[in-house]
Amino acid sequence: MDLQNQQRVKDAADKFGTDCIVVLGSSDAEGAEIYAETVSNGDPTYAGPLAGVPLGLPVYHIFDEIIRSECDPAAWEEQISMMEMVLDPESLAAAVKGIRDEFSQGSLD
Amino acid sequence: MSRVGIKGYAYCLNHMPETGMYYGTTPYHARREGKEKEFIENLPKHIQTYEQAMQYAPNQAYIGGLTYEEFEAAATPWTENLIKDASRYGKFGEIMPEDEFIGLMSACDEFELIWLEEGFAKAISEKLAKNPVMTENIVKRVVRPKNMKDLATIETEVNEREGEFLRFGGKVVGCVRSGHAIDDCLFAHVLMENLANKASGTLSLLHLIKNTGIDPADIDFVIECSEEGAGDMNQRAGGNFAKAEAEMAGLVNASGCDIRCFCAGPVNAMIAAASQVAAGARKNCVVVAGGSVPKLFMNGRDHVKKGVLALEDCMASFAVLLTPDDGQNPVMRLDTLGKHTVGCGAAPQAVTNALTYEPLEAVGLTFADVDRFAAELHIPEITLPAGAGNVPEASIKMIAALAVMKKAIERGEMNDFIKARGPIGFAHTQGHIPSGVPFVGFACEGIRAGTMKRVLIIGKGSLFLARLTNLADGASFLIEDPALGGAAPTAAVSKEDVKSLILEALSEIADKLN
Repeated sequence: MDLQNQQRVKDAADKFGTDCIVVLGSSDAEGAEIYAETVSNGDPTYAGPLAGVPLGLPVYHIFDEIIRSECDPAAWEEQISMMEMVLDPESLAAAVKGIRDEFSQGSLD
Repeated sequence: MSRVGIKGYAYCLNHMPETGMYYGTTPYHARREGKEKEFIENLPKHIQTYEQAMQYAPNQAYIGGLTYEEFEAAATPWTENLIKDASRYGKFGEIMPEDEFIGLMSACDEFELIWLEEGFAKAISEKLAKNPVMTENIVKRVVRPKNMKDLATIETEVNEREGEFLRFGGKVVGCVRSGHAIDDCLFAHVLMENLANKASGTLSLLHLIKNTGIDPADIDFVIECSEEGAGDMNQRAGGNFAKAEAEMAGLVNASGCDIRCFCAGPVNAMIAAASQVAAGARKNCVVVAGGSVPKLFMNGRDHVKKGVLALEDCMASFAVLLTPDDGQNPVMRLDTLGKHTVGCGAAPQAVTNALTYEPLEAVGLTFADVDRFAAELHIPEITLPAGAGNVPEASIKMIAALAVMKKAIERGEMNDFIKARGPIGFAHTQGHIPSGVPFVGFACEGIRAGTMKRVLIIGKGSLFLARLTNLADGASFLIEDPALGGAAPTAAVSKEDVKSLILEALSEIADKLN
């Protein structure tokens, strides 16, 4: 996760605590896991503002059913349905869930 | 006139491992910061020799040493299945070794910025003289006395006046001098990037002249579309590579300018040049781009870490000649163009729609009417170990998914669509180079051979890298068989059609009157 985005997430967490969640749109499972770990347990590459900062934020992939069901179907169709056909939604959601279960404090479940 | 002929094209590579190991951005900064000794120490163990690079299937495809069909059939992994009977010269261009390219850089220097060791310069001048595209003028310029010094003078220049060494075979063979004491736009490593870009673009121009047989004096205008910035501290990217390269290639009646748009530069430049030809403003226009030193070994850190070859060892360049449509050459259509607008948004779906569906739909075409969709054409053996995936495959998957959504194909046909219509990547990760344009050559070859009728060339650029906007950019255009006449398959209107339409309208009016 680039340094600016880490700072944005940190600023939001400072303001709202674990009342905010992070929704990822990463297209590969390995990347999704790194991003999820960054916002829950801290930046594993020790390069950005979240290095050694375990925010514990609940983190989800956009393809997680709990997020998907909240989305406006028309917006989903217009913006995401094509990528849903191209990617592997279940494995992406599962990859983020694995990290969430390990490091996040709280969840939407 | 909304169609322009593609008269010819040239694609060249410059094998530059030693320059890359010192001046590619990734190793350059790793070296300066001194924090990544392991990477710097191990990088040379992951380098291809010139012979290996020359026999590497994607490189042969780029210079036209393989037809696209031969490249598709080439055994993978390409690194372990080198093409033993490959040659330096292909139908489109060549893979030039590093020593000769250093000589060509020196020939392209007008300001005594490059000094070569005298013995090296003389040997390289003789080598360059054997290159079928090299002019006598260029060969002579390599041995200009002002550009040749002894090794001690070169070392003093680098050590005392902020120059940068040029190396070949592990030895210092010359240097690039600093152009200014305080202007960082003219520091030695910047000038090296720009002179290398100029030299590689010039090489493709020379091959273009050979490939098309055009008299250099008949070329009217040149648009250069790489990603380097030539200027000084008062105008950091003032330009102009195009005119500098035109001068070197002997295009005495040409002028030129540069177009920049990150990786979308070449597609935008093609549209700009074709529009001039179509309007009659200029007759014979060339689009050219030199290569990038900074991007050499850009992903080298990952390649070393994963124990694979660091394949980003070549600068890449290209040139395309656009002329008025003569009914013989493959044509570029200007009546429909893909455009990623400001209001389009950044979602992949919106971008893909704007660059594929919209320009096709505008002229009554569907996804099934296009034989190949050429977007980013990065070599997957470079991007996969770096964690960036197979870029051309990802692009065609998105296009296939959009085709399903637009009901042009059934969902069950996606895999066949992907296989049949998505090119395999064969372009180096040189930023502007992979973005669609390397396929212009193969598209035209396929159209001439009757194996393709229509190809969509797509360029996308990451504008946000310059910190001016969060937007990306994209543009696309169609290349077609001239026999198609620029019409949609069902759009031709006959006299009978017109008669029947008039009768239908009259009948409607009559009904209303009754």
